[in-house]
Amino acid sequence: MSLDKTDVNKIAHLARLDIAAPDIDVYASNLSSILDLVAQMNSVDTDAVTPMAHPTDAVQRLREDKVTAVDQREKFQAIAPQVDAGLYLVPKVIE
Amino acid sequence: MQWETVIGLEIHTQLATRSKIFSGASTAYGAAPNTQACAVDLGLPGVLPVLNGEVVNMAIKFGLAINAEVAPLSVFARKNYFYPDLPKGYQISQYELPIVGKGEVTIELDDGSSKVIGVTRAHLEEDAGKSLHEDFHGMTGIDLNRAGTPLLEIVSEPDMCSAQEAVAYMKKIHSLVRYLEISDGNMQEGSFRCDANVSVRPKGQQKLGTRTELKNINSFRFVERAIEFEVERQIDLLEDGGKVVQETRLYDPAKGETRSMRSKEEAMDYRYFPDPDLLPVEITTEHIERIRATLPELPDAKRTRFVSAYGLSDDDAGFLTASRDVAAYYEQVVAEAGDARLAANWVRGELAGYLNRENTEINDSPVSAAMLAGLIKRIQDNTISGKIAKDVFEGMWQGEGDADAIIESKGLRQITDSGALEALVDEVIANNPEQVEQFRAGKDKVLGFFVGQIMKATHGKANPGQINALLRKKLSD
Repeated sequence: MSLDKTDVNKIAHLARLDIAAPDIDVYASNLSSILDLVAQMNSVDTDAVTPMAHPTDAVQRLREDKVTAVDQREKFQAIAPQVDAGLYLVPKVIE
Repeated sequence: MQWETVIGLEIHTQLATRSKIFSGASTAYGAAPNTQACAVDLGLPGVLPVLNGEVVNMAIKFGLAINAEVAPLSVFARKNYFYPDLPKGYQISQYELPIVGKGEVTIELDDGSSKVIGVTRAHLEEDAGKSLHEDFHGMTGIDLNRAGTPLLEIVSEPDMCSAQEAVAYMKKIHSLVRYLEISDGNMQEGSFRCDANVSVRPKGQQKLGTRTELKNINSFRFVERAIEFEVERQIDLLEDGGKVVQETRLYDPAKGETRSMRSKEEAMDYRYFPDPDLLPVEITTEHIERIRATLPELPDAKRTRFVSAYGLSDDDAGFLTASRDVAAYYEQVVAEAGDARLAANWVRGELAGYLNRENTEINDSPVSAAMLAGLIKRIQDNTISGKIAKDVFEGMWQGEGDADAIIESKGLRQITDSGALEALVDEVIANNPEQVEQFRAGKDKVLGFFVGQIMKATHGKANPGQINALLRKKLSD
C-alpha cells in the first residue's frame, strides 16, 4: 500500500506534528513500507486464532476503591507554563 | 408526506466511586480547581493507570439489570484526539470489546402501553477535565479535577420513534442507575448526560435517513425539546428539497434550537487501538454471581409487586417505584398506617406536590414517612376529615410538629358529637325553607348546599359522612 502526500499531511495533522515540506516524500515512502509489512502479515490466515489485545498472557489487576492521592497542585503547577486561580492556562480554545 | 422519526441515545453516567477509574485521586464534586488531579490524571511521563475494581463491579451490576451479557474478557482502548482538557492526548475508553453487551429495558408510555428498547452496549471510560472559557488574560483555564472520573456510556439501539419515547427511556436508565446505586444521577452536576442521534425518513421506508448527533443534553426537558426541534428542522429541510447533512449539533437551551458544531468532513478520526498500559479485564462467572446476589429489587419487579400486594393501579405503582427512595418512603407509610390506597394518594398527591413546589428530595422532606402515617391514621379513625388533613399536612411541612400535636393545638378534631351536629342541622334546615322545598321536589343537588352551610359553621370540622346521613334523615322526615 502506498501513501501519497495528502495522506502524510493528514496523519501529521492528526498527530499535531509539524513536518517540513521537503521531508514529506521520505515520510510517504517510509510509512508505505511499514504498511507493506502490515499487509504481508495480514495475508496470513488467522481464522483459527483468537485476536490478542496484549502480548503478555496476563489479566488486569484491580485496585481497591480508595482515595490514596494527596493534593500536590502547587508542585504540579510550579512546572506549568502558566497558571491562574488554580487553573492551568492554555491558548484560547473555542468549539 | 408522512415522516417517521428514528432516535438512538448515548447516555454518559458518572459512576459513584470514591476514587477515579485509573488513579487514587478523589472524585468528590466541587473541590478547588486541580486539587484532585494527580500525576496519573495529568498524564505526566512515566505514570501507569491501575483499574478501580469497584468500577468493574458497577458495570456488572448494570449489565445484569438490563439482562445483558457481561463480557468474560473486555479490553480498554485509546481514543485519540487533542483537546486541552485531555492531557494525555487520548481518552481511555473501550471499543471492540466493551464490558457490557446487548441488553434491553422496557419503557412505559403515557397511553399506558409499554415498549422494549434495545441497549447495544455499555462501556467504561474516563471523563475529561473542564475548560473554562471566561477571560483569563485571553486564555482558557483548565480544571482537571473531573479528568479520570469513571463513566459508563450506555448506547441504545435506534429503537425510539418520538421525543417522548426518548425521554421515557432516559428516565428509565436514570431510575435504574439510581436503584443500583452506581450513580447519583445528578444532572445539574453533569453526572448524567446524553447525546441523541436523530434522523427522519418517509413513513414505511426501510433505509434510515441521514442522522445528526445532538450533544450534551443534561435534562429530561431539554432532551424532549432538542429532539422535537431537530425533527422539525430535518423535515422542513427535506420537504423544501434539501438534504440533511451528517453532523454534530449543539442544543442551545436559551434559544431552544440546535446549531451545527462540526460536519462529517471535519469529523474526528479517533484511531482507536488497545491501550498497552492496561491488560484485558477478566470477569469470572463466580464474580458475576457474587454481584448478582447484591442486586436490589429493580423498578419493574417492584412495580409489579406494588400492584399485586397493595392493590394499586399500574400508573400509581409506576409513579411510586420510579425512585427507590420514594418507594421506600411509601412502604414505610403503608407499614405504619395500613391503608395502601390512602397512602398512595397522599404520597402521590399532597407530598409530591409540596416536594415539587419546594424543589425538595423526598429524603429531605420535613414530613417524614412516620409523620405522614400518623396523619393518615387520624383520617382513618375519623379524628379529622381529609380536607382538614391537608391543613395539618401544611402545618407538619412548616415544622409545627406531628399530626396529633397540630390537631390538638389548633383544635381541629372533628365534631362527632351527634347531638351538637343534629342541632346544627336543624338550624340550617329551619333557616333555609326555600332550599328544603327544592330538595323535597327532587333536586338532590341541594344537599351539597346544606353540607356547605354546616361545614362553614363548624370550620370544616364536621364529619361529611355523618352530616350527609343526618341531613337525608331530617329532610325526608
